[in-house]
Amino acid sequence: MSDQTHGYKVGEPIRDTKAPEGPIEDRWDKRRFSAKLVNPANKRKINVIVVGTGLAGGSAAATLGELGYKVKSFCYQDTPRRAHSIAAQGGINAAKNYRGDGDSVYRLFYDTVKGGDFRARESNVYRLAQVSVNIIDQAVAQGVPFAREYGGLLDTRSFGGAQVSRTFYARGQTGQQLLLGAYSALERQIAAGTVEMHTRHEMLDLVISDGRARGVIVRDMVTGEIETHLADAVVLATGGYGNVFFLSTNAKGCNTTAIWRAHQRGAMFANPCYTQIHPTCIPVSGDYQSKLTLMSESLRNDGRVWVPVAKGDTRKAADIPEEERDYYLERIYPAFGNLVPRDIASRAAKNVCDEGRGVGPGGLGVYLDFADAIARLGRDAVEKKYGNLFEMYERITGENPYEQPMRIYPAVHYTMGGLWVDYDLQSTIPGLFVVGEANFSDHGANRLGASALMQGLADGYFVLPTTVGDYLAGATKFGDVDPEAVEQARDAVQQKIDKLLSVNGTRTADSYHRELGKLMWDYCGMERTEESLRKALERIPELREEFWNNVKVPGDPEGLNQALERAGRVADFFDLAELMCIDALHRTESCGGHFRAESQDADGEALRDDENFAYVAAWEWGEDGPTLHKEVLDYEYVKMTQRSYK
Amino acid sequence: MNLTLKVWRQNGPSDEGRMVTYKVEDVSPDMSFLEMLDVLNERLILAGDDPIAFDHDCREGICGMCGMVINGVAHGEQRATTTCQLHMRHFADGAEITIEPWRAAPFPVVKDLVVDRSAFDRIIQAGGFISVPAGSAPDAHSVPVKKDDADAAFDAATCIGCGACVAACPNGSASLFTAAKITHLGLLPQGQPERDSRAKAMVEQMDLEGFGGCTNTGECTAVCPKGIPLDTIARMNADYLKASK
Amino acid sequence: MAVTGAILVLFLLGHMAGNLKAFFGADAFNHYAEWLRTMGSPAVPYRVLLTVTEIVLVVAVVLHMWSAVSLARRAAQARPVKYAAKRKSQANGYATHTMRYGGVIILLFVIWHLLDMTFGAVNPKGFDAEPFDRLVAGFDPSRWWVTLFYVVAMIMVGLHLRHGLWSAFQTLGLAGGRSYGKLKATAALVSLVLVIGFLSVPVGVMIGVIK
Repeated sequence: MSDQTHGYKVGEPIRDTKAPEGPIEDRWDKRRFSAKLVNPANKRKINVIVVGTGLAGGSAAATLGELGYKVKSFCYQDTPRRAHSIAAQGGINAAKNYRGDGDSVYRLFYDTVKGGDFRARESNVYRLAQVSVNIIDQAVAQGVPFAREYGGLLDTRSFGGAQVSRTFYARGQTGQQLLLGAYSALERQIAAGTVEMHTRHEMLDLVISDGRARGVIVRDMVTGEIETHLADAVVLATGGYGNVFFLSTNAKGCNTTAIWRAHQRGAMFANPCYTQIHPTCIPVSGDYQSKLTLMSESLRNDGRVWVPVAKGDTRKAADIPEEERDYYLERIYPAFGNLVPRDIASRAAKNVCDEGRGVGPGGLGVYLDFADAIARLGRDAVEKKYGNLFEMYERITGENPYEQPMRIYPAVHYTMGGLWVDYDLQSTIPGLFVVGEANFSDHGANRLGASALMQGLADGYFVLPTTVGDYLAGATKFGDVDPEAVEQARDAVQQKIDKLLSVNGTRTADSYHRELGKLMWDYCGMERTEESLRKALERIPELREEFWNNVKVPGDPEGLNQALERAGRVADFFDLAELMCIDALHRTESCGGHFRAESQDADGEALRDDENFAYVAAWEWGEDGPTLHKEVLDYEYVKMTQRSYK
Repeated sequence: MNLTLKVWRQNGPSDEGRMVTYKVEDVSPDMSFLEMLDVLNERLILAGDDPIAFDHDCREGICGMCGMVINGVAHGEQRATTTCQLHMRHFADGAEITIEPWRAAPFPVVKDLVVDRSAFDRIIQAGGFISVPAGSAPDAHSVPVKKDDADAAFDAATCIGCGACVAACPNGSASLFTAAKITHLGLLPQGQPERDSRAKAMVEQMDLEGFGGCTNTGECTAVCPKGIPLDTIARMNADYLKASK
Repeated sequence: MAVTGAILVLFLLGHMAGNLKAFFGADAFNHYAEWLRTMGSPAVPYRVLLTVTEIVLVVAVVLHMWSAVSLARRAAQARPVKYAAKRKSQANGYATHTMRYGGVIILLFVIWHLLDMTFGAVNPKGFDAEPFDRLVAGFDPSRWWVTLFYVVAMIMVGLHLRHGLWSAFQTLGLAGGRSYGKLKATAALVSLVLVIGFLSVPVGVMIGVIK
């Protein structure tokens, strides 16, 4: 079967995700018991490669090292402590129920499935909720300085619209503290000799031998040398691909290359179109903008969002009288007001800006006003609550948010899609495991606040070390790696580098990346239509063609060459962008982080189509276009409902 | 704004290196310092020149990857600000700006403004952790921690490992970095069993790396983007002396 | 550095207290000078304790200087390539930046001071005079430049101690947590008391209170 109009084929559905049968609360226990164990003497002879050192990769490498495997860990930064998990501000969810406010594993599971707009697997999410409690124990034991109350016990807060207080936090730097915990565990294993660390190394290809993932081809970013590292299993923990939009809250180095190359080698890519847009970011100030900075969502607890009633009103905020302001979230969603979920707040901001009522440079911003909060609570109280955020805002914009309203605008923040994995976190390539944001598994179409840190650490500390063992129990029979497979992968990497350096055109890789990002933001961003996606699918191949014929990459393949690194990543973003648009085009429903303008109810709310789209879209790569494999989602425990925030 | 930049260019570890002058025109005051360098690099690439290599990643002041000495001050004169969060509005039109890499023997230059800070990782490897394998932790509430201790531990734990302390120290000392970790773990009950051995091993590794000695000048804490307090160094010394008895 | 510095600070406190005897007249001062030599008598022979103290002080000074030199050498090794731009100090505290050259000035002063007051070599009254006479003669208004040198040196001592004392608290690990602020204030106070105490004697001679 094929769908020529959409440019893809439809293949066999995926029937088995390897989740055990039986009551949902017993499944993880069952899997842990059924997983084969590796003899400790053999572990020392088994090699595992972990790419990426964020929460998922760092914790996975450390834990595998503790278990006695021989681990090689890779990151592109100068030290594993810099992975972008470090930037997560808000907190980490866990079903500890320390507050006694009615939280439970089941409730966290329920909230996550519902928050994911019924596009996540029940079995995976339940396990995530179960393991969440162990994460907090582990982190505290490692010395993560979570916020505490005067009694000495851990403080929690409610986050992202949750009705229970289950988010543990370390001021606005929870990601940093958790990552440094994982990093210290990793450094401990490096010192112990179980983990060999390779910093400033970028994975450029995957080695597959006899159908199994058996190694990686990496480039030493300092010397330029192309190296081969072989192993019995490969774990990818290389994060999300939000930088396909050029501007996002991701770090500048975040890229899709590792997972994309794995995809091209046979790993299926699931739900690439699910993108989370965060409503409270600092707006773009000019065309030189290199990244966007997130401001904690908590600001919406006291700030009021508004734009001028009139189009093109260029008066200063203070000069616009009350009756000429449109507090549009309070107007449209009287029940939730400024606290509507992320995607609704984001889309509403886009709509008012599209109407020409946006504020600030380019009209791409809305006000977040604290004047009422300051009048009601006093400046000191506001400062106590948000002082550091106000400072950050002023540092970046040069404007004082105590005196004039903040300007905010949505920005790409997280990608729920990623490489398809089964219950064991194994991709469709045997021996290739994918953890953290790089996989697609637990968040469905939309991730809840404070759940990314939970998933990364659940995968790395608790899930992967068990499931990878089951696979590695057979490692003694894997045999030698086919030298031809290695040669072929190395050649592919070398050819691509040579090609990029030889074009010698007239535009920089960054300028193409910027153009691609703008295109994706306009046509495959907060709101997608068949028309916009078709336009993107027409334009992306043209731009890619131009890139390969006109990009200018200076310097040599040897030595540190940051322009070359960037060009290689941009090249892969083109291919990924195309798949994202195909996925977005084929999914004619709206769900979670994917809003199709054609699929909305009378009030303009996202309208799911459970009858036709309650499945995971897993894409298989092919020279002549992708093939779709559907994994149907069954909901035995949580009843599918349409959400409403009115 | 128009600016004159004097930038340290060094092709590799064995190259001698030199200051090179660049004119940058039409700089917006709203640009970040790194965006200003991006603009210059785009121009250099198109002119067929080698762009200036510099480290950066998150560009929101938390990863610790960026860092350069701007007009003689690590991360520039703006307090509690990393280079990526420094904005051009703090410079005058027509200004001349000198940009150099972190200078310290244990931080050899890789290229231009990029230095090798792996010495910091080795200091952490020597003992900057609590030995607790995954799966072995007791319930998080089994050990209460005084709020004051937790808060002070957090303050020390906010170190981003950027190396500005070393770059700013007249002695090239890494005491603030090392002390921040020793203080963070030493203030928590979980960190007590390894407290003495940790301090001893980390201080010895720091000396082994070739960092200078601390004379408590306070330059480190003054440039620290996270304002790690100087009393952490006293705590480190106390733990070290106790461990050395 | 901290330990030898601490010994020297204790010496300075004693020295200053002794100096203040000058305000109680010639006899009190001379008697004090004599007592220094007969300390512990008759159990301990004449001048033994003073000599021991002198040896300890000399060793402390030498070790203090040796520490300073090795710290400076370590610093130079830790930064073989200097910054092109002039490094601007971001820390508050002028005293911090006077440690090295201030130390040299203090050393030169101590040499002069010993020649002046102990050996009398550069004192108008010479070695054979009573200590009190040497003191009064040494700070005679006609020798204003000696007094000026003394004042400059004492200010240097004050600055040296203001940073040095607090730095010693840090190095000995005493200034962690809550004691940080208190010890910083203690360092400033001790330095101030020493400077005032030491300066009061020459000023007293200058204005004729001590004669």
